[in-house]
Amino acid sequence: MADTVAAHIKKARTQDRIATGILIATAGVICALLAAIIIYILVSGASKVFDPAFLTGKPQQFQAGGGIGPELFNSFYLLLLTLIISTPLSLGAAVFLVEYAPDNVATRTVKTAIEVLSSLPSIVVGLFGFLFFVLTLGWGFSIISGALALTMFNIPILVRVIQQALEAVPSDQRDAGLALGLTRWETTVHILIPAAIPAVVTGIILSAGRVFGEAAALIYTAGQSAPVLDFSNFNLASMSCPWNIWRPAETLAVHIWKINSEGVVPDLTAVSNGTAAVLLLCVLAFNLLARFLGRRLSKKLAAE
Amino acid sequence: MIPKRSIERVGKLATGACAAVATVLVITLIFMVAQHGLATFTVDGISPSGFFFGTTWNPHQTDDAGSPLMGALPMIAGSFAVTLLSCLFVLPFAIGSAVFVVEIAPGFGRKVLQPVVELLVGIPSVVFGLIGLTVIVPWVRGWAGGTGYGVFSASLVLAVMVLPTVTSLAIDAIASVPDSYREGSYGLGCVRWQTIWNVVLRSAAPGLMTAVILGMTRAFGEALAVQMVIGNAAAMPMSLFTPATTLTSVLTMGMGNEAMGTVYNDALWSLALVLLLMSLAFILIVHLIARKGARSNG
Repeated sequence: MADTVAAHIKKARTQDRIATGILIATAGVICALLAAIIIYILVSGASKVFDPAFLTGKPQQFQAGGGIGPELFNSFYLLLLTLIISTPLSLGAAVFLVEYAPDNVATRTVKTAIEVLSSLPSIVVGLFGFLFFVLTLGWGFSIISGALALTMFNIPILVRVIQQALEAVPSDQRDAGLALGLTRWETTVHILIPAAIPAVVTGIILSAGRVFGEAAALIYTAGQSAPVLDFSNFNLASMSCPWNIWRPAETLAVHIWKINSEGVVPDLTAVSNGTAAVLLLCVLAFNLLARFLGRRLSKKLAAE
Repeated sequence: MIPKRSIERVGKLATGACAAVATVLVITLIFMVAQHGLATFTVDGISPSGFFFGTTWNPHQTDDAGSPLMGALPMIAGSFAVTLLSCLFVLPFAIGSAVFVVEIAPGFGRKVLQPVVELLVGIPSVVFGLIGLTVIVPWVRGWAGGTGYGVFSASLVLAVMVLPTVTSLAIDAIASVPDSYREGSYGLGCVRWQTIWNVVLRSAAPGLMTAVILGMTRAFGEALAVQMVIGNAAAMPMSLFTPATTLTSVLTMGMGNEAMGTVYNDALWSLALVLLLMSLAFILIVHLIARKGARSNG
């Protein structure tokens, strides 16, 4: 009897040791893989990332040495417009859902709609943008069509983040505001939103990283061509005016996809690796900025 | 001074309008995609059975009866093949490393591995496509022969792409298992692995399944990364190593080439509708799991 118990314990211990070994190995593989991906992209694009001629030059179709100047600008401009449109919209929707929403069919429809939007493949959002903004409304391949498609892509992410941030504010604060005779709206604007700001800002920047790298929603909305930009041109109707929202605008992510699917650029690998490295660095920067700013803001607000 | 009541009403109306705009956009999207997607069957008279079970996709040619050759089964099968295979690749690694982070080395896991994984969720999918094109495809070509493009390469790219998402959700699922369960198991004399296997993984199962299904949703809907490495041949995926295609790849390649209203274009919208319905089905499954999990946990 004692022997079998001892054998059983021994077996369990051996199993435990083997399983632990396998789990550590799994985590090790993941770490190595993730590190390898980042290092591979950064190293293979390193020669281009610090090359000002590449970062500001215009793309070439049939000869080597093309740059990504317009694409870099387009990516940031589209991101900016998307955030300008989607932030207030998402903030409003989130405040409605957390503070006002009555428990009825309409509210459930809103919640379901936002959930559906979050699970839609971005290509479907892009195709809808093509159908609706580009063709039905006749805006053509343009920055505004792209920014609206990205807004649809971004709304569910932002609404969820802002909702969570608002729900995380202790209910004492809400009750205190209401007890002092503030209306729900005043409580929201003066108490809840300031308290939720650190989480909201972090969420917005993280979503910016996602938007910045999105390509599938853009190929049929913002288009796949990048007109040469003239930064001294402020005629908003001109194709070369950088701020014209009616011009087509290829972004960094779309550029990587397009040159690889066409395959005619002679220095294809160098250009796409360089573009990918720039894209990755921007996305990583957004993530670090989100963490830093979130921590900074919450410390500042907590100290007051 | 504006009366408080009207401030309140304006606030409610303004935020309600924001929610309404988002909702109307989604409903418009579903309506428009469905309208164009169904036109294939209602206006162009393509038979649904021929569309969903036909294996020849060549919309510019017609069969003996004079209707275009539009069998979408190769794309549907391709989409499911890459999704399921990538899931198989991801599952052991995602759950293994999630267990590692929560149960084995919380210090290192929470401080290093988890932030890195969360950072990687944000890597753009075209970057994964590019890695697939420059690293995975040549590597597969090296040992499997052929072109290197195909379901296997696409699944590998998707696996790497959804790995961070699934891992990070799996960590949340495992971390949400109450500590009292673990203490109970240790109190009964179980070793760590027995606790993990019999208690932690079992009570985290609904959460883990949700993680996997959300990963599948992403894999199923991913367009560009797959399109870059799958080879884009509209043939049934009979081998893992020959070029195939998916719903998203055909949409990505085809939509720009066809005028609206042509039969081919309508057929592409039908594929988009299939994608839309699949992502709705995935949400439904997540909800069913959540409901079942809530019931079994009392």
